[in-house]
Amino acid sequence: MRIAADRERCASAGMCALTAPGVFDQDDEDGRVLVLNAEPEAGDAEEAADAVGLCPSGALTVTEP
Amino acid sequence: MIPLETDSEDLPEGMPYLRETRHDPPAALLALQDRPLRRMKYYPDGAEGWLVTGYAESRRILSDPRFVTGERFVRSPTELPHFFVSSSEHVPPGFFFFTDPPDHTRLRRKITGALTLKRMKDLGPRITDIVDDSIAALRDAGSGADLMREFGLPVPSLVICEMLGVPYADRDRFQRTSNDIFDQVLPVERRSEAAAELFAYVRELVPAKRTDPGADMLSALAADDDLTDDEAAGIGMILLLGGHETTANMFGLGTLALLEHPDQLARLRAEPELMEGAVEELLRYLTVAHAGMMRIVKEDAEIDGRLLRAGEYITVAPHAANRDPARFDRPNEFDVGRDAQGHIAFGHGVHQCVGQQLARVEMRIGFARLLAAFPGLRLAVPPEEIPLRTGMFIYGVDSLPVAW
Repeated sequence: MRIAADRERCASAGMCALTAPGVFDQDDEDGRVLVLNAEPEAGDAEEAADAVGLCPSGALTVTEP
Repeated sequence: MIPLETDSEDLPEGMPYLRETRHDPPAALLALQDRPLRRMKYYPDGAEGWLVTGYAESRRILSDPRFVTGERFVRSPTELPHFFVSSSEHVPPGFFFFTDPPDHTRLRRKITGALTLKRMKDLGPRITDIVDDSIAALRDAGSGADLMREFGLPVPSLVICEMLGVPYADRDRFQRTSNDIFDQVLPVERRSEAAAELFAYVRELVPAKRTDPGADMLSALAADDDLTDDEAAGIGMILLLGGHETTANMFGLGTLALLEHPDQLARLRAEPELMEGAVEELLRYLTVAHAGMMRIVKEDAEIDGRLLRAGEYITVAPHAANRDPARFDRPNEFDVGRDAQGHIAFGHGVHQCVGQQLARVEMRIGFARLLAAFPGLRLAVPPEEIPLRTGMFIYGVDSLPVAW
């Protein structure tokens, strides 16, 4: 699985860091998404998929399943 | 394209808001779930617009930039003047709740760095102290005390005051004005006045925060060269207003819901590791932001084969969407063990609650400490005597007398 984040669309809600803390974080400046691991596997991949679905601003996409 | 006439036989007159039970959305609203996106008449002029009760439809509409909030709202989904109607005429500068991108993005990002999940977790020990102080105050007030007065309202008010750098001693000023702003039964004039009072209160603090800054959010806003003092005050007003009303009502109504579902309460007491999920379920089941999330159609848009025309109003009913059987199994059951993630109690799209991670931390700590402190917590009055906030923008209870 490969994940991409669009920081211009990000609304800094923190849903990704809440849902998949091994894959996403928020920057200190304005809370926008930081991808810690763009190619998550196993449990991290499941959480990342949940986070993509939960993201309120549509900033996250799965680029490779 | 589905013609509009399919709805015309039984067009609802507004969004039903009168409740039959303490915890459930109005039955008449849930009865409209058969058509998740439907035509509806708005007050006061009967103009036709849209009502959204479906979960998927709500998420789609709230995240679509063709539906905006930065317009002046003159119609209401109920016979009560909606918060959007009474507020959007005099939107304070910086009040990004009523702003669309790109300006919304600029303003919102001024505070999101201070509200990240990490920072909210770092606040945990301080929030625990505040929660424990309020629990001590509740205990001192004695059996029969009002949980809202001693715990529900003080906890989030104290927390947001510290974060913002607003003196808690001024709480009479901002708690009363916040209450008036959100009271949809009050005349629009009084509510506009209250909004102006709250804005003026925060605006007075801004210059002092620049000359004598603290390690708080209002000082950071006051020092930001990219913001006018008015904008700093408008952003501060959102934080003050949103930071205490919503969480306070979740404490009051959430405690009531737990006490009225003894099996769920017992399970949560026996399995405290369920707390994170239980908070999500309380958010889903109670959805206190029940007045409808309103948008105006900016340009003609097609959703599920329906044409939404420019200028039309849309009201998303998140309390109905969070009970959508297409998304949540047994949606009208309160189940602390379910996976409620994905609920839209905080909204969806770029306006999704900016303080949601703070609210989560406050509720997780607050409910956990409250239950641990009072193993015998119970209502001190019959549940039907508890005053409900039906006409408020944010639903909840006015008071909650408890015993232990």
